[in-house]
Amino acid sequence: MSTTWLVVLFVGAFTIAFKAAGPVLLGGRELPARMTDAFELLAPALLAALVVTQAVGGKESIVLDKRLVGVGAALVAIRLRAPLIVVIVIAAVATALARAL
Amino acid sequence: MSPLVPASATFGAAYGVLAVTAGMGVFAPIVMSATTFAGTAQFAAASVIRDGGSVLAAVGAAVFLNARYLAMSVAIAPAFQGSRLRRFFESQLLVDESWAVSQVGGGRIDRRVLVGAGLFLFPCWVGGTALGVFGGDVLGDPKRLGLDAAFPALFLGLLITLAVSRRAIAAAVAGGLVALVLLPIAPAGVPVIAAAAVCLVGLRRR
Repeated sequence: MSTTWLVVLFVGAFTIAFKAAGPVLLGGRELPARMTDAFELLAPALLAALVVTQAVGGKESIVLDKRLVGVGAALVAIRLRAPLIVVIVIAAVATALARAL
Repeated sequence: MSPLVPASATFGAAYGVLAVTAGMGVFAPIVMSATTFAGTAQFAAASVIRDGGSVLAAVGAAVFLNARYLAMSVAIAPAFQGSRLRRFFESQLLVDESWAVSQVGGGRIDRRVLVGAGLFLFPCWVGGTALGVFGGDVLGDPKRLGLDAAFPALFLGLLITLAVSRRAIAAAVAGGLVALVLLPIAPAGVPVIAAAAVCLVGLRRR
């Protein structure tokens, strides 16, 4: 089998197993209270990390580019209580405009 | 989710173009989008293949990037009902974006929102990949269209609605800082997993 198909096979198998593990093995059951407490913090911690890596992430580096214009515009839109859809569109448009200038 | 359709499709197309130029052929990238269904890991695997890396290097990078799904998968488990087969298929719709929009606070998710968002994004991602593989950059450069700013904006918007309690704000600040510090020094994927580990602090009694 070629390198490509081996990669497709193994990455696919691992990812499918990761995603399925919780719902298939534990589905519908309540988690222990202490674990729920921990997972309550998972969403904000993970979301903040995703904001950072998506906004300033490069190839093993911090890259400050026009994405920050979009994120800044998004922050203003969030402050003005714009719906999420509008926030996303504003971020893309602001970054696109900044790049076009 | 609708604004993420152009973003998801154009990044799918960008992945298709990269995968073809990396020498992955035309079908493998589409199969990978349909089975792995996780953008960053697929980009990473394609880059390693393009640079002539080994199977182990490509799989290792992608698996590391996707390890966060294991934590997310366990966290969302209580919301999944029904037969094992149904839970299996629904769980495959877990991606960062569908997970993020389904958060209802207190560490819980709305399964219907996650599944709905996933069903929305899946054809965009796979269809976008096919477009990129066969048609090249027909959808345009995602960066020129500013679409690379759409994802941090989505995550930021969701983060702010979730970060209401002092614990949640502390976790967000800690997670963001961990990611920022590790970004220039750790391999891709590590900053996000390390930030997720911040939630282990919550295992201590309040």
